[in-house]
Amino acid sequence: MNKGISVAGNDASQKQLGVSASDSNLHRTLHFLAENYIWIFLLLCITTFSFASPYFLTINNLGNVLTQGSFIGLLAVGMTLVMINGEIDLSVGAILALACALAIGLQESIGVWPAILVALLSGALLGFVNGALVALSGMHSFIVTLGGLIGIRGIVFIYTGEQALMVEDFSYTEYAEIYLGPVSITALIFFGFAALFQWLLSSTKHGREAYAIGDNIKSAHEAGIQVKRHKIINFVLCGLLAAMAGVLLSMRMGTAEPNAGKIWELWTIIAIVLGGTRLTGGFGSMWKTVGGVLTLAVLLNGLRLLNTPNYIELVVMGSVLILALVLDKLLASGNSN
Amino acid sequence: MNKVVLTAESMTKKFPGVIALNEVSFEIRAGEVHALMGENGAGKSTLMKVLSGIYNPDGGAIYYQGERVTFASPKEARDRGILLVHQELSLSPELTAAENIYLGAWPTNRFGVLQKRKMNEQAKAALDSLGCDFGPEVRVGSLSIAKQQMVEIARTLAFNATVVIFDEPTGTLTVTEKNQLFQVIRSLRERGVAIVYISHKMDEIFEITDRITVLRDGEVQGTVDTQDSSIGEITKKMIGRDLDQYFHRAQSTVGREVLKVSQLKKAGLFEDISFSVRAGEVVGIYGLIGAGRSEVAETLFGARQRSAGVVIFEGEEVAFSSPREAIEKGMALVPEDRKAQGLILGLGGRHNTTLPHLNRFSKLGIPNVKQELAVFNEYKEKLEIKTTGPEQLVGDLSGGNQQKFVLAKWLCADPKLIILDEPTRGIDVGSKSAIHQYIAELAERGLAVIVISSEMPEVIGVSHRILTMASGRLVGEFSGAEMTEQNLITAVSVLPKAS
Amino acid sequence: MHISQDKRRTVQRHGLIFAFAIFLVVVSFSSPEFVTPGNILNVIRQVSITGMIALGVTFVVITGRLDLSVGSMLTFLTVLVVDQHNQVGPGLAMLMTLAAGMLIGVVNGFFVGFLKLNALIVTLAMLSLLQGITLFYSGGSNVNVDNAQETWFGFFGRGELFNVPMPVWFFLGAAAIASFVLLRTTFGRWIYSVGGNESVSLFSGVQTRWVVLSAYLISGLATGLAAIIMGSRVMGAQNTIGQGYELTVLAGIILGGTSMLGGSGTIWRTVIGISMLGFVQNGLLLLGFPYYIQWLVTWVVIILAVWIDLAAKRGKVFA
Repeated sequence: MNKGISVAGNDASQKQLGVSASDSNLHRTLHFLAENYIWIFLLLCITTFSFASPYFLTINNLGNVLTQGSFIGLLAVGMTLVMINGEIDLSVGAILALACALAIGLQESIGVWPAILVALLSGALLGFVNGALVALSGMHSFIVTLGGLIGIRGIVFIYTGEQALMVEDFSYTEYAEIYLGPVSITALIFFGFAALFQWLLSSTKHGREAYAIGDNIKSAHEAGIQVKRHKIINFVLCGLLAAMAGVLLSMRMGTAEPNAGKIWELWTIIAIVLGGTRLTGGFGSMWKTVGGVLTLAVLLNGLRLLNTPNYIELVVMGSVLILALVLDKLLASGNSN
Repeated sequence: MNKVVLTAESMTKKFPGVIALNEVSFEIRAGEVHALMGENGAGKSTLMKVLSGIYNPDGGAIYYQGERVTFASPKEARDRGILLVHQELSLSPELTAAENIYLGAWPTNRFGVLQKRKMNEQAKAALDSLGCDFGPEVRVGSLSIAKQQMVEIARTLAFNATVVIFDEPTGTLTVTEKNQLFQVIRSLRERGVAIVYISHKMDEIFEITDRITVLRDGEVQGTVDTQDSSIGEITKKMIGRDLDQYFHRAQSTVGREVLKVSQLKKAGLFEDISFSVRAGEVVGIYGLIGAGRSEVAETLFGARQRSAGVVIFEGEEVAFSSPREAIEKGMALVPEDRKAQGLILGLGGRHNTTLPHLNRFSKLGIPNVKQELAVFNEYKEKLEIKTTGPEQLVGDLSGGNQQKFVLAKWLCADPKLIILDEPTRGIDVGSKSAIHQYIAELAERGLAVIVISSEMPEVIGVSHRILTMASGRLVGEFSGAEMTEQNLITAVSVLPKAS
Repeated sequence: MHISQDKRRTVQRHGLIFAFAIFLVVVSFSSPEFVTPGNILNVIRQVSITGMIALGVTFVVITGRLDLSVGSMLTFLTVLVVDQHNQVGPGLAMLMTLAAGMLIGVVNGFFVGFLKLNALIVTLAMLSLLQGITLFYSGGSNVNVDNAQETWFGFFGRGELFNVPMPVWFFLGAAAIASFVLLRTTFGRWIYSVGGNESVSLFSGVQTRWVVLSAYLISGLATGLAAIIMGSRVMGAQNTIGQGYELTVLAGIILGGTSMLGGSGTIWRTVIGISMLGFVQNGLLLLGFPYYIQWLVTWVVIILAVWIDLAAKRGKVFA
């Protein structure tokens, strides 16, 4: 996905992309709103549900929303990084399930914290496998991680058998019960990593390189950036975060289902695209993703509070996603006119 | 005489099917602006890519400040101070100006954290010295092309370049912006930087350069001092023969009016376009890149929708909403497309040739392969296309043969009007001539022909009449003896925009 | 590491078949039932449904796009045909199902072909939408066909002709038709050219948007046919019956060697790919491995297959 800015071969319509230094304040505000539409949307959802249900705007419920969203949220943080690179990771749901299973299953033999460590390492290792395959073979990450999605789920089943694993000592689940006010530790960890990765994207060499590679891989390469190594690191981080989500899930549930995380990569992609990060790479941010994740969580939570039947959630999600795509397309073409 | 900074000695570079550089020797001195001229495909870009480390040569040597060097990557060349300001800018729109300037060499601390303040300060210094009115933290994607170019030039300052190569830098610049650029180039020259300037534009070459080297078909035709030379001499070196011998103007009788365009407009791209073309006539449209010529063609062809205007084709008012309609009425457009030459590279010659006209060969939606093969063979012979058979993937053919297929594709349906957009770009001289000959034959057969070209010798050589376009408007019309390079350049250089 | 041209071509064309042949030999030795006609027919019958869907998706893939909604589409359409069978009779139910499949395809095709939205996301969204619609329609409960033994509806999934199960006939028949369309008709040419280079196709007069829409319509139609066969065979439908099919279909197409980038590939490649996948899964089961081992093997096989193909094309093992 190569997008160099051309001098030659472009016509007079290749105008500035976005705001230029001389635009009016109104223009800039509009532009800012357009770029960050997800927050407006989030606000809209919150307002709607506050009116629709008396239980929505309670501290308790909002805290729940944050926690519920954190699992997909962690997956999304990792995947956003990979996406800015121009890649995708469809195996995050399966990696989550494996980490969840290992965290619980190994507890008896090696203890809680070593088990958690192994779980995290498994995510990093699988991420490494994904990244190495993409970098070395030149295959598109869609195919590589599609295989991973299928195969890693197989590993999960091999480890757990067809039954869910259950933790022996239920005090394990107390870790998930740590709260800071209404905000659970799960949510705190999510926000913490989101902030960390946002900082990574904006202030570190690795983060800025991600944009360069996603934007214009040829010049990144010519400038001497180690593209292969960079991609591998991103997949490792993504796998690690997926494993973290798995560990946190194990703490919350106390059990590890072999089918855990199924379809979650779908929700992750929905959250990211909703937020405004582009699949084509070179564009996006963690804040956008956080916005998307929160919106998703609010939507699902609100619908549940209203006791809407299950199917409504799915229909709404599908429609909202398509809406977000159309909106994104309009904005992108509106910008270049 | 200034010191020689960079030398290419007997440089050879081959690509499958073509020898891009054949024992080229070329030297650049400190504090000079050295022009590199030649037609498309002469080898200018290839030579520069070798010198800046993007390509590895197949033969020959590079000497930098007297020392023999080899560049394994552009980074190595850059470390020596050789920088190429691409024709297609290689910036990342999402990053800031400072980040782009220092791409690949960002200052970081031990932990990989960007030292933004330091980088921004240094970048600001470079940008200021170029007279830029924007700061280092601006997102590059929001800058105009001219300003982006400044960012790319700032890179050369930031890396203390000793050799800067400009590849067709003034494509979309206004006159003011061009003058700004030239000022920058002059100041670089004063600083002792060696500058290579690749351009087609004679007026610019004679304005700013000190020496000129001409390449033709991958070989050096000579190096002269600018002030001792003339446009005619350079042109002769570039083309190799006199204009008349090289191009073929059709000896046709001009007939009925085939196309009449009135006040054609597409918001933001072009406006007030009015002209007509008659059967047997070759009308050239000359303009710099960005003038809007291709867009006019695409709009006529139905690939773009007009905002206003009237088009009368073969006496009938038309408003094509898709290329399909245009094709069915008898219009053909051979689009400008650097890579694919208007073909689907992954398919064979037969497929490509018959694609626009499948319904002529088909019954009930099933094409008759025998008829297709007949057509394929007919054009293979007529245009002398070198291919192993109807199924050989066109992607494996040379540029010249590919372009012949493109012509075959359109001609087999006997169009009334054919628009060719940059038909010989990047093609070897021999094939170019064949194509020009064929264009003349088309006109002689009674087709109305429009040729869009940014190569002056070509457009002057094949056209009966030339329209000039700049910034989306028609700025001149010339015919007969008026069709001179001087007139054309003057017409398109009068750009209404200020910076 | 560079490989010679000849070796490359051989590997590219036959590499996978080689590996597959070796696999077949190994399994045949350890499990003699593997090569019995009964078992082989069994496998082909099992892949007929996935294969039918894959035929349709192949059209989409050749245009350079994806259809991930086929799994949920299959679920919905199977539920639809089974339920409607009890309400309006088998004939009308089948027509409705085919129509519904085509309609869904048209919606997909509209978003991807006309609005030019990203195919991955659109079909993922459709996946979600269809799951919701299925839940809504079925009310969460399973449906079963009335008079399962007597209804002629059973012919499609359970009938036999010359001792070959009907699903196999339908699959191979559809494959033959699909192949003919792709290779010999104008429409088929258009599919290949849109996948090969969309803008050149547009300039050559191909109505690219309609071609893309048609590809998705075909995908929907194929899924509808598969749903009829599935419903007929199982004589019932749960809400999860089609889950995961989109992955298997994709895996089969990839294994067959059709490029995800579009512009090339054939129906027979897909048939071979799906069949190989089916035999691998069957062989593993016969060797005594639990069903989830298949997934692991599928992963390895996909990676190997695509890597080998890429390596052969570019002449280098590593990128």
